Amino acid sequence: MIGVELRKLLWSRRTWVTILLIDALPTLVGVLLAVTDLGPRPGTGPAFLSAVLTDGTLFPLAALAIVLPLFLPIAVAVTAGEAIAGEAQQGTLRYLLVRPVGRTRLLVAKLVSVMAFVVLTVVVVAATAYVVGTLLLGSDSVSAGTTSVSGSGLSTQEMALRTLLALAYAMLCMLGVAAIALFLSTVVRSPLSAALGTMGVLATSTVLLTLDAAHLLQPYLPTRYWLAFVDLFRDPILWRDVERGVLLQVVYVVVFLGAAWANFMTKDITD
Amino acid sequence: MIRTEGLTKHYGRIAAVEDVGLEVRDGDVYGFLGANGSGKTTTVRMLLGLVLPTSGSIEVLGRSMPGSGREVLPRIGAMVEGPGFYPQLSGRANLAVFDASGPGRDRPSRAGRIDDALAQVGLDGVDRRPVRAYSLGMRQRLGLAAALLRRPRLLVLDEPTNGLDPQGIREIRRLLLDLNAAGTTVFLSSHLLTEIEQMCTRVGVLDRGRLVLQDQLEHLQRPTGRTVVRTPDTDAALALLDGHVERQEGDTIWVRADDPLALNASLVRVGVRVLELGPERHTLEDVVLQAATASGDRR
Repeated sequence: MIGVELRKLLWSRRTWVTILLIDALPTLVGVLLAVTDLGPRPGTGPAFLSAVLTDGTLFPLAALAIVLPLFLPIAVAVTAGEAIAGEAQQGTLRYLLVRPVGRTRLLVAKLVSVMAFVVLTVVVVAATAYVVGTLLLGSDSVSAGTTSVSGSGLSTQEMALRTLLALAYAMLCMLGVAAIALFLSTVVRSPLSAALGTMGVLATSTVLLTLDAAHLLQPYLPTRYWLAFVDLFRDPILWRDVERGVLLQVVYVVVFLGAAWANFMTKDITD
Repeated sequence: MIRTEGLTKHYGRIAAVEDVGLEVRDGDVYGFLGANGSGKTTTVRMLLGLVLPTSGSIEVLGRSMPGSGREVLPRIGAMVEGPGFYPQLSGRANLAVFDASGPGRDRPSRAGRIDDALAQVGLDGVDRRPVRAYSLGMRQRLGLAAALLRRPRLLVLDEPTNGLDPQGIREIRRLLLDLNAAGTTVFLSSHLLTEIEQMCTRVGVLDRGRLVLQDQLEHLQRPTGRTVVRTPDTDAALALLDGHVERQEGDTIWVRADDPLALNASLVRVGVRVLELGPERHTLEDVVLQAATASGDRR
C-alpha cells in the first residue's frame, strides 16, 4: 500500500507544481541578493541570509529557513489534509477499504507519503539553493571552513553533520503538522476544511507567540520551537530549545496520530 | 453466502436499519429492493465492513464481518453508491491502482485480468483518456470492471445499471446472468422493480429500515387463483361463467378458476372465441407495495 501511495504522489502533477512554487521563493531571493548585493544586516531577516553574500554554500540553509515557517507547513497541511478526506470526497476511499486495505495500513501509507513529499521538497529546495548559491552568490570561503552563527569556524564535516541534524529537526516539525492535518482529515468531509483547520491551528500558534499575555501557553504551542534548528549552528550547539522542540513535537505527533487512528478505526464510511 | 441476524444501525437517534435478517444462498441472484432512503445502502455498507453495526451479526462467505474482512473481502467484488475513481488517471491505470492496493495482489496476472475485466464490461476499446473524460455510463462500466477484477465468488452491487442506456442495461444484465451461471452469487440492490423482476431468483424488500419481505421470486409471483380471459364474445362467455366472474373490463374477463385448461375447453365447447387466456399471477409490484404499506401502518 505504501508503494501505491508513493506512486500516486509521484505521478500527481500537483505534487511537482507545489514543489516548484515552494522552490521559486528562495530562488527569487537568491537572484535578488545576487543582483542587488543588498543582504540584510547580520541578526536581522531570515536566518543565515546575511551570511550568504560572502559564502554561497550556506544558501541551502538560508533557503530552508525561508521556506520552513510558512510555505512548507501550508503544503504539508494541504497534502495531509487531503489524505483521507480527499479519497472520501473522490469516492475512492470505500473502494480502497473493500479491497481490502486495512484502515491502520492506509493511515500509515498516507503518513509515509506526506513525509516523502516533505523530503522531496526539502531536497529540491536545498539542491536548487546550492546551485543558485554557488553560481550567483559569494564564494569567499573557498577554504575548508565555514563560519558558525557564533563566529567561530566549522569544518566541512561538522557542517554536514549539523545540516543533517537540522534537516531531521525540520522533518519532525513537519511531521507534527502532518499529524494534526491527518487527524482533521479523518474528521471532516472535505479536504479543504482539513487543510484550513490545520493552517488555523498554525496561525493561532504564531499569533499567540507574539502576545505577551499568552506566555503561559507559549511553551506548548506547536510552532514555538520551529526555528530552533538555527541553534544547531552555534558553537557550541545550544541544545535547550532543540530538545524542548523535539519533545513537544513528539507529544503532538503521538497525540494527533493516536486520535486520527482511534477516530478512523471506528468511523462509519458513509461518503 | 450472506446471513445477518438482528442487524441494526442507529445514527444518533435515527434508526437507519432495524432488525434485518438477510439470507442470501449460494448461487442466488438476490434482489434487494427498497425506496431511496430505506436503508439499502447502509445495509450494503455494513455487509462490506464500511459502516459498523450498532447491534446484530453479519456472516459473509461463512465468516463474521467486519471481523474477518481480511479473508472475506478479497473474494467479494463490490460497487457501492456509484463508482469512484482517480479522475486524472486512465481507466486501466485506475484498475491497476486498486489491484495493487490491499492483500492478495497478484502482479504477474494483473495486466491479463485488467484486460479480461474491461472486455467483460465492454470497455476493451478504451483508450488512455483520463476517467475525468468518461461518460456516466462508461464510469459505471469501469466500476463494474473493478468489481470483477479479482474474479470474486460474490458480487455486491448497488444500483449497477445506473446511468446506462437500455442497450447497456441489457448487456450488463446478460453479463451478470452469465457470471451467475458460472457460479458467482450476485447480491443486487436496486429501486427498480423491473430490473429485479428480470434478473433475480430471490427478493428482499426493505422499507424504512425493516426487511418486510424475503422470498423466492417464483413464490412471490405465484398464481392468484384467477384466470384472465380475452374474448370478443363477452356476452356468451359471461352467460356461461355466471357466478364465477369477478370483474369485466371491455373484452377482458377475470374468472375465479384455478384450472385454465378446463376453462378454455369449456369456453371453446360452447363456441366462444378466445383471444387470450391464462392464469393471473401476482406481480412483484403489487406484492412489494402491499408489504411496504403494511409496515407503514405498523409504525
